[in-house]
Amino acid sequence: MAEELALEEVLNESPVRRSGRRRRPSLWRTVVFLFAGLYFLLPIYAGMKFTLQDIHGHFSFGAITSLPHVAGFADAFWLSMRLAGATLVIEAILVVPTAIYVHLRLPRLRRLFEFITILPIVFPPIVLILGLTRAAPLWIRASPYMLSAEYVILSLPFVYRSLDAGLSAIDLKTLTEAARSLGGNWVKTVWRVILPNLRPALLSALVLSMALVLGEYTMASLDLWTTIPVWIVQFQQGSNGHIQIAASMMGLIVTWVLLTVIVSIDRTEARRRKATKAAL
Amino acid sequence: MTQMKETTVTSSASTTTPAGAGVDLVGLVRSYGRVRALDGFSLTIKPGEFIALLGPSGCGKTTALRVLAGFERPDGGRVIVDGADLSNVSAQKRDMGMVFQSYSLFPNMNALHNVAFGLRMRRQSSRDRNTKARELLDLVGLSDQAQKYPHQMSGGQQQRVALARALAIEPRVLLLDEPLSALDAKVRAELRDQIRSLQQRLAITTVFVTHDQEEALSMADRVCVMSQGHIEQTATPAELYARPATAFVAQFVGVSSRVPVTVTAGQADVFGQSVAARGADAHSVGVALDALLRPEELAVMVDPAGKGFVTHKSFFGATTRLIVQVEEVPVRVDVRSDLVADMALGTRVDVKVVTPDVLVAPRMAAPTEA
Repeated sequence: MAEELALEEVLNESPVRRSGRRRRPSLWRTVVFLFAGLYFLLPIYAGMKFTLQDIHGHFSFGAITSLPHVAGFADAFWLSMRLAGATLVIEAILVVPTAIYVHLRLPRLRRLFEFITILPIVFPPIVLILGLTRAAPLWIRASPYMLSAEYVILSLPFVYRSLDAGLSAIDLKTLTEAARSLGGNWVKTVWRVILPNLRPALLSALVLSMALVLGEYTMASLDLWTTIPVWIVQFQQGSNGHIQIAASMMGLIVTWVLLTVIVSIDRTEARRRKATKAAL
Repeated sequence: MTQMKETTVTSSASTTTPAGAGVDLVGLVRSYGRVRALDGFSLTIKPGEFIALLGPSGCGKTTALRVLAGFERPDGGRVIVDGADLSNVSAQKRDMGMVFQSYSLFPNMNALHNVAFGLRMRRQSSRDRNTKARELLDLVGLSDQAQKYPHQMSGGQQQRVALARALAIEPRVLLLDEPLSALDAKVRAELRDQIRSLQQRLAITTVFVTHDQEEALSMADRVCVMSQGHIEQTATPAELYARPATAFVAQFVGVSSRVPVTVTAGQADVFGQSVAARGADAHSVGVALDALLRPEELAVMVDPAGKGFVTHKSFFGATTRLIVQVEEVPVRVDVRSDLVADMALGTRVDVKVVTPDVLVAPRMAAPTEA
């Protein structure tokens, strides 16, 4: 009876009272959201405004159009793109199967793996670089793709945790066993059943990873490779600031475009499903 | 028992030749650390037979099914299907369709593609597998749901699609791992009948794991009652209920009352009545024993000088269940409802055993009811 009364109270509670309770957190959320928005958008606005001005303060695309012709920019841009691509491929090959294996076969070690993947956050980049340099063979050390190996480690906390959350959200064991009982081998099971259901988590992991790679400065600088962030810092020494900021803005825009492309793949699929549902 | 196995068989089923495989599980052993989930489990299943593995949680029934499916490697023993030893064959090569307890449809595929998945793995052409998948969906009554995704279907519909998916590959053995346990009572009853009907039509060898005795007894040709990794008894539902081989079966299947008895020369003294004792052997001499009595194995008569009195009445429709206290022992007795009108609580009654023999088993610490 007591339970019934309690339930009745909740059901009879007026919408006004309930909405009143929500009002305060909603106000705080708005304030926080506005503050965070300004914090992130103001520098971008300022950078964009500065990029679209010449040295006399007049509106101009000059800084942007001259960028491809500035010494070293194209090489740095291309290197950053290659490194981003290589990093994503290595992560997809290395981390995705590992996360699946841990969930399926070593569930008791999930906490341990989470802990291990968080370690790159607490170690300074120089420690990671030195450790990897000592462990890697010479042909990798001499290659810029050494940076990709470092980026894979650096982005592990984001990538692994995103995948871990995605795998926890599906009944991986049952889906896998269902696919296997129907004749699917491991490759087909992962490709046709697990990855499609892991796509949001996988995209999220790759988006985070790509953003990190395209903006990383310390490791590239220490390894003496001129990626976009390194080029921007180097160019700062002895040139006008408009081109430098234009390069930063272009880096930001390219990152956004790439991320939008990746995310739109998922949204297209979501729309397709929604359309199917509506048709039914 | 509220529902016993139906004896009606459809004409199509009666004319169907068994298409399933014969299965032999020989001495299976499987341990998880110190826990022995299967302890020398052996079972022979005939082609086309529907067998239920019944037992409480942790008795090893799901482990037995998973070993048969190939998801678990046994520590010992063999899995033989149609004479071939599959013990070391991986799950995807065993040709066994399985329906799981939890909803196992692939969320990224609609019902049609889910059903066609196994055929795709077998490299059938798109046209063939879609045709077959539609046939199977039609078979389970979901042809109009072909384009729906799992999240757009009810639990019962999802399990029916899962059944169609398992049947699509024409499995040698159909494995059902508590497929009804997540469904509500009405849907469960409907799907139970549908599974049984399909199994009879297709004559496919089926192993059904459940902890629900009503499901097991109403669906299976034979029921295998398990406890602590081994088989207590394998028998037809009727035999299992009427002639339980062990005290565990008598208590787990149906309802039994334990009554302390003394056994002399094969005769048990039940409330002063001498009845043949089943289950008593040379080892029973000098051992305290209980008789395990079904509610319908007893009869009560109003008798002011009787040894018992009615302490509880439960109306079940055609029958009423009485709990009668006889010499400090509570026993359950089922009586026709029209005969108990004059049996108020506290009425003195006499209790008689109406079967020619009773099952006896070593006495538990204190007389209790099952």
